[in-house]
Amino acid sequence: MTRLLDPFLPIVGVVGLLIIWAVAVYGGFVDPVLLPPPKDAFIALWKGMNGGVLWIDFVRTVERTVWSTLIAAVIAIPLGIVLGSSERLYRSLEFVIDFFRSTPASAMFPLFLVLFGVGDKTKISVAAFGAALVILFNVAYGVMNARKTRLLAAKVMGASRLRVLFDVMLLESLPQTFVGLRNGVSLALVIIVVAEMFIGSQDGLGHSVFEAQQLFEMPRMYAAIFAAGALGYGLNLLFLLIERRFVHWSGK
Amino acid sequence: MTVAQATLSSQFEALPQSATASAVVRPHVTIRGLSKKFGNTVIYDNFDLDLPRGKLISVFGPNGCGKSTLINMIAGLIPVDAGQILFDGMLLDEIKFGYVFQNYREALFPWMRAFDNIAYPLKMMKVSKRERQERVEKLVAHLGIKLDLNLYPYQMSGGQQQLVSIMRALVVDPEILFLDEPFSALDYEMTLFMREQLQKLFMESGTTMVLVSHDLEEAVYLADRVLLLSRHPARVADFTVVDCARPRDDATLSDPEFVRLKAHCLEIFQREVRRS
Repeated sequence: MTRLLDPFLPIVGVVGLLIIWAVAVYGGFVDPVLLPPPKDAFIALWKGMNGGVLWIDFVRTVERTVWSTLIAAVIAIPLGIVLGSSERLYRSLEFVIDFFRSTPASAMFPLFLVLFGVGDKTKISVAAFGAALVILFNVAYGVMNARKTRLLAAKVMGASRLRVLFDVMLLESLPQTFVGLRNGVSLALVIIVVAEMFIGSQDGLGHSVFEAQQLFEMPRMYAAIFAAGALGYGLNLLFLLIERRFVHWSGK
Repeated sequence: MTVAQATLSSQFEALPQSATASAVVRPHVTIRGLSKKFGNTVIYDNFDLDLPRGKLISVFGPNGCGKSTLINMIAGLIPVDAGQILFDGMLLDEIKFGYVFQNYREALFPWMRAFDNIAYPLKMMKVSKRERQERVEKLVAHLGIKLDLNLYPYQMSGGQQQLVSIMRALVVDPEILFLDEPFSALDYEMTLFMREQLQKLFMESGTTMVLVSHDLEEAVYLADRVLLLSRHPARVADFTVVDCARPRDDATLSDPEFVRLKAHCLEIFQREVRRS
């Protein structure tokens, strides 16, 4: 009997959170203006996503995040492979990469504003910058940590250096590359949402959250937060599914 | 050295001189003046050795004496500091050889099905896809191994994975096969099974095989010759001939000749261990 209920375990936390929320609101423990009843927030979410403005904001944020991740991946993956295949090259650039990887990307906004002006270019390029460093770091490490035995095995079977790179190192680095992509897309989303709030934006989920708060439309603000959460979770899940499909040997 | 050994070894050293037998017993691998240092440790210093053709040679010796280093240098996995290794007078890159790693999990390609793993060295030799297919199928049929080659390595047991590794090494029809402690990562049951498989492969192919082992019984059981190395800098402490009949089986383990040879190897091994 208890085994039959196992598939429903993941929703226990969700139901619990909703109960606490409802009790807090209807029990009069919090100001209903600051925290509206769950029902109101979900109605706002449903209306907003069903042909409302929220859907347009959602799509704009998806577009920006996807573009920045794509640009980051196209730049960082080949670069990571080159850096990772030469340990000396990586060691000489390690400090620079680590330094900028540790720099909050939001600190780069003013610089990018000067370079690209107020607009999508700035948002996308700062997010791409942050994501690229995360991806680069992971790809380079994935290539560097390719199993020595596997490289030797390929060499012993007569594989040339280039073949070892494409047949072994590249595939060996894929699990780590996906770790980088998942972290990269999460970071890109964070940067995009922040940029949409403060860098003169007319749309996007960040703009939506900020505007709703300014107008004191609390259900709409919570709806936008949930939409952003669902987007982040969905992107992570998407990459996990792609990884499971194409890197079937990962972790085995 | 006992009288029996003296005659055996003199027999082997005398044979190459006789004109009629020279074609048969000319050594397969000749190692001359081999030297290797790791840091300040001298592993090999001006080391000479001949490996006979078509024999299964076990390499055994004290821990860290350079057993694996020896076959890795012969197979070109690590460079030599000095010296020459020739195969019928040819260099390594002129011959076909196979190498089986101890760690099959890290030696196979997990992104390829077993079949493609086995065919990979043929691909490196630019063999056409159709011929690769044929040659792998021929090898499988020849060995009489029942394995689903459509599986990925991680879907197989350890023994099956190592079997795939061995097949990958054999598919090129190697002139010589190197095995670095191939069974030491397997459980005992699988080890026993794999020894039989290896013996079968050896008897069918007649390929020269060089096997590093850390198990003396296994080393003697499988070998035609047991190469006993001293502590480093390694010398040949003995190159014992094991002429028990094949196929060997459980009965061989209690055969007096086998027991005597094993005791003989153990004695030399212990003498070498105590020497330092």
